[in-house]
Amino acid sequence: MKRNDDIITRGAHLQHLDDQQLNERFWELTKQLVDPLLKLASTSTSPSIERSVAMRMGASSIEATRLVFLAQQQMILEYGIGHFLYFIAKTTKQSLREVIVAAQDELYFVEQCKRFKEAMQ
Amino acid sequence: MNIHEKIDIEMILEDLEHYRPKRKGWVWRTALPQTLGPFEYKDTSASLSNFQPLPAAHSFKNIDPQPKAVITTEIASGRFEDDIRRMRMAAWHGADHMMVIRTAGQSHFDGLIEGTPQGVGGIPITRKQLRAQRKALDLIEEEVGRPINYHSYVSGVAGPEIAAMFVEEGVNGAHQDPQYNVLYRNINMVRSFVDAASSKAMMAYGELAQIDGAHNANATAVEAWKVTPELLVQHAINSYFSLQCGIKKENICLSSVPPTAPPAPCMRLDLPYALALRDLFKDYKIRAQMNTKYMESSTREATVTHTLNLLLSVLTSADIQSTITPDEGRNVPWHIYNIEAVDTAKQVFSGLDGIGEYVQINRNHPKLSEEIRELKIRAICMLEEMLEVGGYFESVAQGFFVDSGFYPQRNGDGIARPVDGGIAANTIVSKNKRYFAPVEAVFGYNNVEQYNVTSSNPSTAIGGSTFTHPDWIQYIDELDESDNVYQRLNDTKPFRNTNTIRPEMEWLGDGIVLLTMMIPAKEDIAIAGALSVAKHMNLQEAEVISAEIMQLAEGTRVELKGKIEFDIDMTTLKIPPKKEVLSDEFLKDYLARYPMKIVAGTVGEDEHSVGLREIIDIKHGGIEKYGISCLYLGTSVPLEKCVDAAIESDAQAILISTIISHDDIHYKNMKKLHDICVEKGVRDRFLLIAGGTQVSPEVAVLQGIDAGFGRKTKGNHVATFLVKYRKDVPYEG
Repeated sequence: MKRNDDIITRGAHLQHLDDQQLNERFWELTKQLVDPLLKLASTSTSPSIERSVAMRMGASSIEATRLVFLAQQQMILEYGIGHFLYFIAKTTKQSLREVIVAAQDELYFVEQCKRFKEAMQ
Repeated sequence: MNIHEKIDIEMILEDLEHYRPKRKGWVWRTALPQTLGPFEYKDTSASLSNFQPLPAAHSFKNIDPQPKAVITTEIASGRFEDDIRRMRMAAWHGADHMMVIRTAGQSHFDGLIEGTPQGVGGIPITRKQLRAQRKALDLIEEEVGRPINYHSYVSGVAGPEIAAMFVEEGVNGAHQDPQYNVLYRNINMVRSFVDAASSKAMMAYGELAQIDGAHNANATAVEAWKVTPELLVQHAINSYFSLQCGIKKENICLSSVPPTAPPAPCMRLDLPYALALRDLFKDYKIRAQMNTKYMESSTREATVTHTLNLLLSVLTSADIQSTITPDEGRNVPWHIYNIEAVDTAKQVFSGLDGIGEYVQINRNHPKLSEEIRELKIRAICMLEEMLEVGGYFESVAQGFFVDSGFYPQRNGDGIARPVDGGIAANTIVSKNKRYFAPVEAVFGYNNVEQYNVTSSNPSTAIGGSTFTHPDWIQYIDELDESDNVYQRLNDTKPFRNTNTIRPEMEWLGDGIVLLTMMIPAKEDIAIAGALSVAKHMNLQEAEVISAEIMQLAEGTRVELKGKIEFDIDMTTLKIPPKKEVLSDEFLKDYLARYPMKIVAGTVGEDEHSVGLREIIDIKHGGIEKYGISCLYLGTSVPLEKCVDAAIESDAQAILISTIISHDDIHYKNMKKLHDICVEKGVRDRFLLIAGGTQVSPEVAVLQGIDAGFGRKTKGNHVATFLVKYRKDVPYEG
């Protein structure tokens, strides 16, 4: 889009505001613009977020990458990779570290995934 | 560490697997008005325990006043092991914020990089490199006596993983701004904002300082001074977003660059924007960056622009003062220019200390206040229009950002990105209502209730996390056998802990030297001529890095870099002995027993008097204070007069000051002084001493006199020489 500088007409409705009111208007509009982005972020996750969760639970970067790849394949990312690891550790009475290592194997992952998905229904 | 020994890189690399950072979180400097040497300072922070002061500090009792703003240096050589050495140098000069630039392309790397591969224009940020640099900085901060903030980037498609690693490894600050991903890295905008919230939540937990990415609009826009309304909008989006993710205002830093540079009237243009910004964001921190947009290859020009940027920081405010190396317009920064940039900041802050008490901006000037107001109105109008078209994503899709028009003017050349386009598009997953992440610092929805876990710390479900249990971190050492630090250290082995040295600009043993010359020819001939000079000097890979015309036909100033491929054996070097100094008490006592008289003057057609007066006057700590009787003859004194005065007053020494050195006149005068004394048959009676800024002691004695004294000579050096070598009384030490 090309447009000439029309600040005189475009900004006319702001001319009566004092400095303080301008500052308040600026931040009110910022809030209106950013709140939907925050809401979206609150209700969403991503492969990188999930890998960071797996890392914080004790996976290496390579293990975390593998876990999230398998979780995407099995369509369980919406529950959280951390949730999956926690659930398997708890229900099989293994340590988290044991689960992280075991779940590198696709067959093991898929097998445990079935139980996890059933529990999530 | 021993301050006289090089940092031991091998020691740094030892047992990194078990290294834990000493502390976490960002540290601001604390303002400390104080007296240093003869001066009172208003805007300083605590001095360092080990430091390298400005060159002129030797005239001021070697004080090294530290400003109250954090000082940043950006380090980007591509080899972290060499960057560690540069960090130590920078810390000694006054930097306490080490900003490590990432290798080209890391933004698009979907995951973490491991090991120690070499980078381009920065280093690949890996756990091992972070840990090694943090370990080194933990030692360096003990050495200089001040906490050092370590900083890199939480951006790209792997932002949250990097944020987690930064918290684990004690990184203290990071750039984080989803708008950077969107506009400059073409990473999908939805992914970028979702990831950013998560990254910011972790940064809040780790108390990292955050710097936003708005300054990039300055560097990218065609006419940088026209993007100012948009900059206010960009800062606001990231600041408010960060605040809602839990980062405290005092750790949210706005990255602000004075948009223009001379010959534009930059101070006048940049000031209204700087004030509007500080007005709207008064509770946030300002990271004042220096201008890079208008940097050419002249380091002098860049330094002056940066000095004006610093003046703006002083007149407004800066919590972090970033520095840009003056060679950024010609190559990846060299060691010496990191130090120059840090010194420039330190020098300007010292020089302007306390000036705010006398000099203030006239905020009530009608034009200035109107311009500030107008900028705010333009930014508000932009926010209004963004909401009208459907919000942030739609605005970016329509190319609202980095348009070269002064908003609301639009030139249609903004950076437009589709909502569903870019790298990692369509990778976001909506959380299920049973979504659960049993770790700290999760942003947004986390169904902890299903397992009766406390929402304030979901990691209690698993007994902690790597944030609280660093032994849970899985450390990966190296993944690439051919591209790692050990291979590089092997290559540079001849230069570590040996007697072999080579000049260096970036990397140990790189052999790079810089030559400056004036070639009396027009530019293209001068450049070719400079390269020919380099060839004759046997410099390899010679490259002209700067050419400035003196006058079209008369000449061109050329700067050229090249590599030498020979080594210097330190054991073969002839190192002149250090100037000997006898104690004040000894000198006074000795001269009381054996009184001494000298005559002194500035000789030739030379009106300089300051240097000589400093050597003789009692109030400058000169030789009078030891009891030496001094007959000062003045300036432009004929040499014959010096000798006659010495004969008449029965002096033991003649001191001549020789500042003018054109055509070696200073050395010619020394020889003439010696010759006159020989002719008059008095050479054996007098010590002949010459001093001046261009005097080389070795060359001076070749003229037949007894001693020459150059820069940094003090009265006690001269008094020591007089006592030890006077001809009438043999020295008994």
